[in-house]
Amino acid sequence: MSMQDNDPPLMRVSNLTHMYGDRIGCRDVSFDLYPGEVLAVVGESGSGKTTLLNCVSGRQHCTAGTISYRMRDGRLQDLNALSEAERRFLMRTDWGFVHQNPADGLRMNVSAGANVGERLMAVGQRHYGRIRETADDWLGRVEISHDRIDDRPGTFSGGMRQRLQIARNLVTGPRLVFMDEPTGGLDVSVQARLLDLLRGLVDDLGLSAIVVTHDLAVARLLSQRMMVMKDGQVIETGLTDRVLDDPQAPYTQLLVSSILQV
Amino acid sequence: MSALDAGNEQVIATYNFAYLDEQTKRMIRRALLKGIAVPGYQVPFASREMPMPYGWGTGGVQVTAAIIGPDDRLKVIDQGADDTTNAISIRKFFERTTGVETTTATAEASIIQTRHRIPETPLTAGQILVFQVPIPEPLRFLEPRETETRTMHALEEYGVMHVKLYEDIARHGHIATTYAYPVKVEGRYVTDPSPTPKFDNPKMHRNPALQLFGAGREMRIYAIPPWTEVVSLDFEDHPFEVQAFDRPCALCGAEDVFLDEVITDDRGGRMFVCSDTDHCNRRQAEGHAGEQAA
Repeated sequence: MSMQDNDPPLMRVSNLTHMYGDRIGCRDVSFDLYPGEVLAVVGESGSGKTTLLNCVSGRQHCTAGTISYRMRDGRLQDLNALSEAERRFLMRTDWGFVHQNPADGLRMNVSAGANVGERLMAVGQRHYGRIRETADDWLGRVEISHDRIDDRPGTFSGGMRQRLQIARNLVTGPRLVFMDEPTGGLDVSVQARLLDLLRGLVDDLGLSAIVVTHDLAVARLLSQRMMVMKDGQVIETGLTDRVLDDPQAPYTQLLVSSILQV
Repeated sequence: MSALDAGNEQVIATYNFAYLDEQTKRMIRRALLKGIAVPGYQVPFASREMPMPYGWGTGGVQVTAAIIGPDDRLKVIDQGADDTTNAISIRKFFERTTGVETTTATAEASIIQTRHRIPETPLTAGQILVFQVPIPEPLRFLEPRETETRTMHALEEYGVMHVKLYEDIARHGHIATTYAYPVKVEGRYVTDPSPTPKFDNPKMHRNPALQLFGAGREMRIYAIPPWTEVVSLDFEDHPFEVQAFDRPCALCGAEDVFLDEVITDDRGGRMFVCSDTDHCNRRQAEGHAGEQAA
């Protein structure tokens, strides 16, 4: 956070609460996300990570609390005050969402090139040659071979699908990407390559990201700051290295000590 | 519009004029008026069981039944032809239930119910073209959820429509969609022109006739009022173009018309003839002849 001290936050979440009836999804979560920062949200299953991510990414209405986002013109906008049209436009231009299961984020019945090009067409690009060129460029950047541009994602491996999903999200140059367990379901060597790629892209593009994961190694590699959640509440927050090397809360200590050492 | 023509003996006494009861016609007319007021917008309506299966044109039949009056003259075409099963059965249906005059001449008809073609003879103001539509939702191919497609229409999120065209070019080198080619109506709603060949898309643009679309199974009605802008979607570097035929009609010698391929024997013999039989017959009567004219 030190280097962004002077920048205003990109996203400001205060007292966010989401209830599923009487049950707590997440409660009283507040944080600021700065430009270029990657924030990891860790915790066990059912701790409210995904609920939090869905709320801040506008995919789910929160019960209480406010989420503000700094628009491209510099003003801080309350997301609840946006119309649905504006929110959806924001979601497909300035934001990205990487699902755990690539099939949820891809169109499985159209080619890889069309998947990457969809957002460009959604913002009004109508030149086939240029759309295809951009799609081709992005496939290269996520290490998908150029001759696969006309293949459907169904013919891709899990790791390739995940990389394709990332390319599809980044093609409009978003400033903020939400990732829900981006490496879940991939084997460790593929995970390592994907993390490497993500780290490079985040650095190159100056992306901000909120990454939900239960894998502390992913958090260590990708994020500068992390939040530890349990039972819907944030129990510890701080620089990633500090939290992992010197956990303060008893639960975080338990979490860190339960990593298997090989 | 509504009164039973009691003087006409052909009308079956036990049925209301044009088969449907007056309340149902009224419901359909309300949907039609809304459709005309919001060009290209799909209006839900309570589609009725008709004495024919869904998929045989029940949507178009209900629209025709709701608008037809004793003074109307009806023409029914199926793939451009007046003499195929679907066209004949629907024409007979209306002959028996309304007693109105029918015709095969495009210029003489006040209502033309069609499956998949717009007649070659230019339509005039005052005529009504009724389309039978199987799938009214142009976004269905890429988005199966009805709630989502409605939101997409409401917010004009039509980028996904171009994904379909992109996919065509990537796969075939050109836009290979030849029928049900998506159009944008009056700069607002993306609409499926029903499975008409894209050859007929330019005829929808600023057409002086009223175009009504009925989808019976999907329970949707939509409309293109006279003189409405209808633009076929395309890419800047792959502009919309209609099918071209490399030969004229074998019977009447017409060029610039939509042709059907007819297999004439089992040794590879074939001929290309006008899909619009009325147009072809009229031209032959005027003395035009193709190379295989009888």
